[in-house]
Amino acid sequence: MIPITHYLVVAAALFSIGLAVAVTKRNAIGVLLGLELMLNAVNLNLVAFSRHDPELLRGQLFALFVIVVAAVEVTVALAIVLRVYSHYRTIDPDQISELKK
Amino acid sequence: MEQVAFYGFSALAIISALFILLTRNLMYAAFGLFLALVGVAALYVLAGADFLAITQLLVYVGGILVLLIFGIMLTRPADERPDAATRPNRIEVVNHRRFWGILVAVVLFGVFLYTILAANFTLIGDVLISRSTIRTLGVELMTSHLLPFEIAGILLLVALIGAAYLAMNRNPSA
Repeated sequence: MIPITHYLVVAAALFSIGLAVAVTKRNAIGVLLGLELMLNAVNLNLVAFSRHDPELLRGQLFALFVIVVAAVEVTVALAIVLRVYSHYRTIDPDQISELKK
Repeated sequence: MEQVAFYGFSALAIISALFILLTRNLMYAAFGLFLALVGVAALYVLAGADFLAITQLLVYVGGILVLLIFGIMLTRPADERPDAATRPNRIEVVNHRRFWGILVAVVLFGVFLYTILAANFTLIGDVLISRSTIRTLGVELMTSHLLPFEIAGILLLVALIGAAYLAMNRNPSA
């Protein structure tokens, strides 16, 4: 039986790495990769706590809905990325700065 | 044995996440995400969430990751060199704000670590014994969580139509 603290530390590490990926990549899809990592880390927390709720499994249900919303988010984000690419010919978030001018 | 599996799969997930952070080839980053997702799915199994692990593999690895790889290949910059067709596909992405990004991540990890170690959780209630969670999840989804379940269905339909409309090529000549 693994203590719950170990799950939480692994999830915290995954979340931090995901944040670093989302900040450092100069590509919109790279940012999406980081977001997926962060969502997975949150799900890991929910599942770890759900181990102590075997009758209702509320944490696992919540994680299931998080997975659904993540799938929706990534489809819409990729559609937007494709539109942005056909308009600007780049998906570097720093170069799409027309509103700043 | 459980300990070995737990630490092994944790190391797999974290090392592949670090690989995503450090690699410059976006295609390799997508494959690193594959390994990280498989590691997290194995951690789900060790936490007793068998159905969620299968869902993770089906939705993330089978769906989201394939979609991301499609996105990477459709938006890569054109290779102008004459022998482009025979060269390996290297989709390089420059990392920027490296110092600040990693600093923020390390500070955030420190805050998390401090919080987790200082929290000293006392958990009441039984611990999940090793039996399948599918029955409980199905009953809960169809009784007390019926409204979120239906809303998730509508959300998926809206996203399907919205993504198809957004990605539609409105200017076929371009």
